[in-house]
Amino acid sequence: MSTAAAQVHEEDHGHHHKETFITKYVFSQDHKMIAKQYLITGLFMGIIGIAMSLLFRLQLAWPEQPFGIFEVLLGKWAPDGVMDPNVYLALVTIHGTIMVFFVLTAGLSGTFSNLLIPLQIGARDMASGLLNMISFWLFFLSSVIMIASLFVEAGPAAAGWTIYPPLSALPQAQPGSGMGMTLWLVSMAIFIASSLLGSLNYIVTVLNLRTKGMTMTRLPLTIWAFFVTAIIGVVSFPVLLSAALLLIMDRSFGTSFFLSDIFIQGEVLHYQGGSPVLYEHLFWFLGHPEVYIVLLPALGITSEIIATNARKPIFGYRAMVASILAIAFLSTIVWGHHMFISGMNPFLGSVFTFTTLLIAIPSAVKAFNYITTLWKGNLQLNPAMLFSIGLVSTFITGGLTGIILGDSTLDINVHDTYFVVAHFHLVMGISALYGLFAGVYHWFPKMFGRMMNKNLGYVHFWVTAVAAYGVFFPMHFVGMAGLPRRYYTNTAFPYFDDLANINVVITVFALIAGAAQLVFLYNFIHSMFYGRETEQNPWRSNTLEWTAPVEHMHGNWPGAIPHVHRWAYDYSKPGQEEDFVPQHIPLKEGEEELQH
Amino acid sequence: MTIALSLTILVLIGISVWQIAKIFELSQSKKENTQVANDNDNRYNGQLMFAFLLFIYGITLYSFWKWGDVLLPEAASEHGSEYDNLMWISFAIIFFVQTITQALLHYFAYKYHGKKGQKALFYADNDRLEAIWTIIPVITLAGLILYGLYTWTDIMSVEENEDALVVELYAQQFNWKARYAGDDGVLGDANVRFLQDFDGRNLVGIDATDPNGLDDVIVQELHLPVGREVIFKMRSQDVLHSAYMPFFRAQMNCVPGMITEFAFTPNKTTSEMRLDPDVVAKVKKINKIRAENSKDLVANGEEALEPYVFDYLLLCNKICGASHYNMQMKIVVDTPEEFEKWMADQQTFAQVIQ
Repeated sequence: MSTAAAQVHEEDHGHHHKETFITKYVFSQDHKMIAKQYLITGLFMGIIGIAMSLLFRLQLAWPEQPFGIFEVLLGKWAPDGVMDPNVYLALVTIHGTIMVFFVLTAGLSGTFSNLLIPLQIGARDMASGLLNMISFWLFFLSSVIMIASLFVEAGPAAAGWTIYPPLSALPQAQPGSGMGMTLWLVSMAIFIASSLLGSLNYIVTVLNLRTKGMTMTRLPLTIWAFFVTAIIGVVSFPVLLSAALLLIMDRSFGTSFFLSDIFIQGEVLHYQGGSPVLYEHLFWFLGHPEVYIVLLPALGITSEIIATNARKPIFGYRAMVASILAIAFLSTIVWGHHMFISGMNPFLGSVFTFTTLLIAIPSAVKAFNYITTLWKGNLQLNPAMLFSIGLVSTFITGGLTGIILGDSTLDINVHDTYFVVAHFHLVMGISALYGLFAGVYHWFPKMFGRMMNKNLGYVHFWVTAVAAYGVFFPMHFVGMAGLPRRYYTNTAFPYFDDLANINVVITVFALIAGAAQLVFLYNFIHSMFYGRETEQNPWRSNTLEWTAPVEHMHGNWPGAIPHVHRWAYDYSKPGQEEDFVPQHIPLKEGEEELQH
Repeated sequence: MTIALSLTILVLIGISVWQIAKIFELSQSKKENTQVANDNDNRYNGQLMFAFLLFIYGITLYSFWKWGDVLLPEAASEHGSEYDNLMWISFAIIFFVQTITQALLHYFAYKYHGKKGQKALFYADNDRLEAIWTIIPVITLAGLILYGLYTWTDIMSVEENEDALVVELYAQQFNWKARYAGDDGVLGDANVRFLQDFDGRNLVGIDATDPNGLDDVIVQELHLPVGREVIFKMRSQDVLHSAYMPFFRAQMNCVPGMITEFAFTPNKTTSEMRLDPDVVAKVKKINKIRAENSKDLVANGEEALEPYVFDYLLLCNKICGASHYNMQMKIVVDTPEEFEKWMADQQTFAQVIQ
């Protein structure tokens, strides 16, 4: 079926359709344009998300001090320039939501799955261009609604990005649980629809539209990662959708799925028999796999970039694929480690501790394989490579503390403290952001036909790398000292007075890290228009996307789609003249293909 | 002042970043204007990779030297030492692995930086090597899992018994209350429906028709006798809260509509803790900071901060609204005699509603 479809497409593609500005740049069905739309929307949301974090970091370092910037940006929510506690919670909530879903799910996975899946497997486009377009525009719509929620009278959602009821369900509980929360839920419901359409498209495309010779075991690891990520998304996002819908019912139609026995603001509410713990189960059934939805694409990108720039095959291809699959499977049975002290049966805690710590095994295999790939390589330290190595570093540092948090016993005292914040920011936040940056530096020539400036890239990486550790390493200490997260200030507890100077250090590093992103932004926009024009295969890479012409065209390749004769990692293969052999080059006479 | 200073530092850092970028720009040879890394880039960035390894070690050592004293507050419950042992063992393993893997990663990035004409080693697989680094984590984690589960079961198995003190922790936006079972040792039935009875004097919603509830005692400051097991029953009247008692290595969410449980045995009284050398040092350090901050306040015509005296804390650790950051209760661990004396002074529910 796949070949037939491809053939039809091939003939179809001979005569060009007339494209208008609208069909080319706005309602485009071309995967490359959709990828760029995802990236730019994602980066825009990223600017907002990061800026929010800087605002609340200022409040944490210098609590209840007036800042002119607060007055300008927060207006009536910062009377005399002092941030209001409700706004603090709103900033924390929207920062989390935007970074996890809008930047690191849609911005990362949406961009690179769209760009790379057809190009790297040798397909003219996604299985359904129309669904792909709808998927992007739903994402865009949900972004607009999320941004709009910042401007409602009582403020945006402020119940934490996990929006646990009853706090999120009752407008009486906090101002952010009114209109702001309604918009949050609507935005997320649309976001999930977008994500599901995208994921289904990715899965079908990878399974059906691979070019001749592109067997599953010859797929680049990027595609494996995107493919498995899409499967996790299809399995777990619907559960969050159901949680969101049930919460909407509780909020607006008086049902009691998550609520029971509530007395608030002098009034007994009618809710009977529901349980907030049920919501927690539903939320984390997506919430934990979400970590891997964010992280796996970044690891896939890293695998590709490290192999290309080390001029070496990725070490242990089979083990890498197996560990992606193992992580994906385990990720769906570990959600309870977010709920050790939620009041669920302690026996469940034991089960979830066991499954959670098992994830460390495939993760360790991946880390060791990356390190071995560097060994005796001929490392081309391009900015993309630096970010990939940086990712491995933060993935290790952040992942290791997971051993503490995944252990139900140890979780008792560090649960919901800054220790958790430090852990997940390193292991999924910073790591996935590094993956995003690595991907942008590496595939910028493919997307825009121009190169980004490497020196600005180096400055961007080194300042970010130092500042990221500067922010999150000391944060572990704040958490181990027992300071809970989502505290507007710690001045209510004299016991925490000696943490004030750590908070200042963290905030200063955060501001530096934020400033470094301006270098990236400048480089990105400037290079888009004035960057040096690229050659076809600037990184001397093996994968198929670099056999397509620099100039974008509908259908990707002018002639026939290249056939594939080898895996993607024949770098520095003995007996070859060049230190790379692209996938479409047939085996030489007597050349052996590695068995995977 | 601090703000002005920090902003100056930021500006200076900005300028230095700009300068570094210029140096990078100038160090490029004029001939090549491609944006792909050349030998020079590889060498410089390789060296920076090595420097970065030293930075990671440096910030680790610095943090421990400077802030090591804030880690894990002094334990004051019987399972506290068990908890702390498991924590330090896990930490030892983490530091060992972290030190070695970061060293390999960054050292390789430095050592094998690219040179023109050099060829990498074609090395795609080694089953034995991979088996080794699969099996070692398996064994290590199996040990940690078993140790962890053993401790977890030990901490979490709450058994009702005659000797234990039963205390209800009651959470609401934004304060805590505690209810003792009284002489009969049984907490009276309660529900939010009863909160409005007796003109709001029924603070935790006790069912006045249940005789078990009449001798219950409701307080705003939690007192516990040392050396006796305390079984906590947690309730919340509005949203999720979490009862976090870091000194006792104890935490449990308070969930509207259900009763959750946690138990521990305090093993140091508040007075004993105040004499503990670590706590004394900590209090001294905090009071130094407070004295420093007071100077600024007094200069602005405000009142100076009270000196800090050590007390056990109960904090809310689940986001619950605007004043989440200030939802706290003092815990006092008494000797059994002091506890009985204190308890005798409290009003029972029957007395409150009269």
